[in-house]
Formats: sequence, C-alpha cells, structure tokens
Amino acid sequence: MKAKIKVTLKNGVLDPQGKAIEGALGSLGFGGVNGVRQGKYFEIELAETDNVKAEATLKSMCEKLIANTVIENYEIELA
Amino acid sequence: MKSAVITFPGINRERDMLMALEATTGVKPISVWHTEASLPNVDLVIVPGGFSYGDYLRCGAIAARSPIMADIKAKAMKGLKVIGVCNGFQIITEAGLLPGVLMRNADLHFVCREVKLKIENNQTFFTNKMTKGQIVSCPVAHGEGNYACDGETLKRLEGEGRVVFRYAEGSNPNGATNDIAGIINERGNVIGMMPHPENMIEPLHGKVDCRPLFESLIAA
Repeated sequence: MKAKIKVTLKNGVLDPQGKAIEGALGSLGFGGVNGVRQGKYFEIELAETDNVKAEATLKSMCEKLIANTVIENYEIELA
Repeated sequence: MKSAVITFPGINRERDMLMALEATTGVKPISVWHTEASLPNVDLVIVPGGFSYGDYLRCGAIAARSPIMADIKAKAMKGLKVIGVCNGFQIITEAGLLPGVLMRNADLHFVCREVKLKIENNQTFFTNKMTKGQIVSCPVAHGEGNYACDGETLKRLEGEGRVVFRYAEGSNPNGATNDIAGIINERGNVIGMMPHPENMIEPLHGKVDCRPLFESLIAA
C-alpha cells in the first residue's frame, strides 16, 4: 500500500524559508498573501497490507527519522 | 588521552580535526569510518563538521541513525566523552545526545566568517584551560546553526550552566536562541558546538585562540 506523510513546522517555530517565499510571491505581484509555511511531503510504498500494522510502522518511522518532533508535526495518510 | 574522529559520507572537516588533535595533544587520533559497528577503545570521540549525506532530510538526520552512532550513544550513556562540531553538533543532537535542534540560519544565508565566542562555562573537559567570560575568535561555516529548543529546556540549560559557548554581543551569525553557540549535556561528557575551533589553533590559521580548548583535553 501507499502512504502519504506530511511534515510541517510546529506553530511558533520560525520558518525563514516560508518568509522568503512569501516575499518572492509579493514581488511577483501576488497580493493578499498573509503567510507561507514550508513543509515536506513523502510517499512511501509499503509491502504491508494490514492498515493498522502499517499505520503503527509509519508512526514509528516518523518518530525515529522522518520528522524531528522537537520542531515538526507529522500527518500520516494511507491510500 | 586516546581519541577517535568519525567520518561519514559527506563529512569534510575530519582531516582538520585529526590534525588539530595531534598537533595540540601530541597523540595521534584514530580515524573511524561510519560503517564500523563499534568504536576502538578511546576516551574521546569527535564527530567533525561537513555535510553528511548531503544534508538530506535534515542536517545530521541520516548520520545520526548510522551503526557507529548507536555505539557512540551507548558508550556516551556510560560516560564516554563526545564532542560534535558543526555538522557533528547537528548529528549528535539528532541522535538525542543533546537537547534541541539546529535550524536554518534566521537570515537564510550560509555564514563563513570569524566570530567572537564567549566562554560561559570553563568547568568542562573542553574548556578547563580557558577562563570564564573569556572572549576568543573562532571561525564558523554553516547554513543551519540556529539553535532552538523548548522553553523548559532553555531554562534548564541556562540555569545549570550548560551553555558552554555563546556568540559574543553582536556576533550571533545565525539567530540562535540566547546567542547559544555550544552546549553540554547534563552528565557533562557530551559537548556540541557550531563554530570550528580546529581551524584556529596554529599561526597559519591567523590566530591560535582555540588552542587551549584542545589543550584542555590532555587533562581529560
């Protein structure tokens, strides 16, 4: 099965890259951009067919490697 | 004092560190490749700077999960001395040996210059030849040195004297919280720092300000 994982910065964590993108959007003439936060997106192909087991494995992957939970949140979606 | 310097793919400061250790302590360190499952018998391990695994995922994230790091972690829990410099600081922090995280520099620029560094704690195995409050010159070269941690951790680091190095006033190159340049763990055997003291130890470097740091290790 295929899993989609979204990693985002926690609220309040400074995101200078998001700020730079926000600035660039402004200079392209896009008005009304009130904020940009940059994150990461992963697609993981798993051999596992059991959703519950897959979710547990993915959670462990996120905690151990894919996200740094000091500053990041993660969301798992099973396709 | 026997020491080892760990090299991961993408690390590029290991030779500087090996040379600095030998030049200052008189003892040739052992160079260890990251695929080794266990460390040689040493008193100190240094994780040097560079761009391990091309900074993929997050700086230091992949290297922090390598086999040799598992052994370093286990031995650090038992008191092995560990120093992480620059990418090494990012690696040992990602490995959970030190609290917090090194984030992208606040102004997004890679900084490569000399900064003024204040010795905040001279009671550590790496600073005991320095005086408290002493200000030294030290080069930095990083894109992600913006130290951050949660409020509780920050309170503890400050309250317990675990901020070892601070960028002197006006010298913070990356936006690090409280101008933090280097910290030590609770037990006092693991130090991480963003600046590169190994590049300020001989006249050819322009200054020798950081030589006493390495000389501190002789007694350690």
